[in-house]
Amino acid sequence: MVTKKRWGERMVMEQLINGLTIGIIYALIAVGYSLVFGILRLVNFSHGSVYAFGAHMSLLFISMEFGIVPAIIASMIFTGMLGIAIDKLSLEPLRMKGSKPIAALITTIGISYIIQNMLMIVFGSETKSFPRLFNYGTVRIFGVNVGSTQIAIFFISLVLLVALTAIIHYTKVGLAMRGVEQNAKASYLMGINVNRVVTFTFFLGGVSAAIAGTLVSGYYQMVSPGMGFMPGLKAFSAAVLGGIGILYGSVIGGLVVGISETFAATYLGGSYRDAVAFIILILVLLVRPNGLFGKKGIKKV
Amino acid sequence: MLKVTDIHTYYGNIHALKGITMEVHRGEIVTLIGSNGAGKSTTLSTITGLVRSKMGSIFFEDKDITSLSPDQIVKKGISLTPEGREVFPALTVEENLKLGAYIRKDKDGIQSSFDRVYELFPRLHERKKQTAGTLSGGEQQMLAIGRSLMTAPQLLMLDEPSLGLAPKLIETIFELIVSINQQGTTILLVEQNANMALSIANRGYVLETGKIILCDDARALQENDEVRKAYLGDILH
Repeated sequence: MVTKKRWGERMVMEQLINGLTIGIIYALIAVGYSLVFGILRLVNFSHGSVYAFGAHMSLLFISMEFGIVPAIIASMIFTGMLGIAIDKLSLEPLRMKGSKPIAALITTIGISYIIQNMLMIVFGSETKSFPRLFNYGTVRIFGVNVGSTQIAIFFISLVLLVALTAIIHYTKVGLAMRGVEQNAKASYLMGINVNRVVTFTFFLGGVSAAIAGTLVSGYYQMVSPGMGFMPGLKAFSAAVLGGIGILYGSVIGGLVVGISETFAATYLGGSYRDAVAFIILILVLLVRPNGLFGKKGIKKV
Repeated sequence: MLKVTDIHTYYGNIHALKGITMEVHRGEIVTLIGSNGAGKSTTLSTITGLVRSKMGSIFFEDKDITSLSPDQIVKKGISLTPEGREVFPALTVEENLKLGAYIRKDKDGIQSSFDRVYELFPRLHERKKQTAGTLSGGEQQMLAIGRSLMTAPQLLMLDEPSLGLAPKLIETIFELIVSINQQGTTILLVEQNANMALSIANRGYVLETGKIILCDDARALQENDEVRKAYLGDILH
């Protein structure tokens, strides 16, 4: 009896830690959706592919024997630049023409497939193996063995989320981002180059997607061009769950999705894993249409 | 200082400005009066680059600014305090003012602008940590003007600063406009409240359906029968 109970507790603890690991990565991806949505009121559906692109860049630089950390940094820069390119080449021209929001939305879906196909052409469509990152054995936490990879994922993501928050709250460009988010017209009148602020936001989104993609690849040890689809959708639902446009909401949404899908997979069976994020999303939206932390009446000014 | 020549602005198919020509000289207070939809706000929006004119030219300090973007025009020294205030509601008063100084790099200059704004509007200093959305209408108007002053403008354009304010507050705002002008900022004022506007202005332009129909000294306009009948609420006997 006692051992059985212990075993059960340990299982819960283990799954909780697994859920937190994957959840904080969802949070990183969700923040990318939220940042862009906050400023443009646009759901950037290319974000999942940007994440896959980041993973492939890391794989490329690691295979060129850059060393892990420089490889990840290079991937962050290149993926951030991809974010900039997406905005400059496709979305900014649409904004300048004053086209309808739906046009930008469809464009992001198109871009998502263009990136995926480019990855297939350059890297091949098969799943490639990725080295296990930060593998230094295991540590015992709360009576459970936790891999160093998981710990590294958690803390790297946390540091990045804190850094993003600091940029938004304590820097000049962050203040401009918040200004544009609240009132684009007034931002123009303050002399803010709104397009440059938007571009910078896409850069931040790309950087966080690159880290997320790399960490996931280092965790599951595989990479493929289509890898961004499911995590992209789930992170999007995590962002909506928390209240899209609100950063801490996206982080909590990501953790909720990660933890609940891990538990669902353990206790209900693996086939429930992918459905549970969306089931929770629907349930939350029925009760709180603007998400857990969402404010009423978000409107593009 | 500002020279607008024959500008035509369209909203879609609507011909909103049908050839506006006007001038503002350094140190003046100039007012644009006219009824709703006459094109007063559109004139200001066109000068700031928020909307583009199809024809005509705008010169500021002898430089062509007709095709510059809004952020470039702010850098040239023109600031618009828009109708309806348009503050950043979730940012604090202080952050709103900081965004006003976004284009500036002179730390000392920014600090003295802060001091000047807080001196003009002590209310804003009291509430500097409060978010702008929680301010009253009058306070938001002060914030909007203060935010414009933070850009260190040579020409300050005010669009309906009295809109929705109590008479007592309107008087305060107009007194402040005069003192801002006396401190050396040229002012272009758009107002529904033509009486008040003409009482502080040097010159005025009267707009009707996208055209300027009159231009004269403010005093002369105040005494003009047509203007009195149409815009000053005067019933002639």
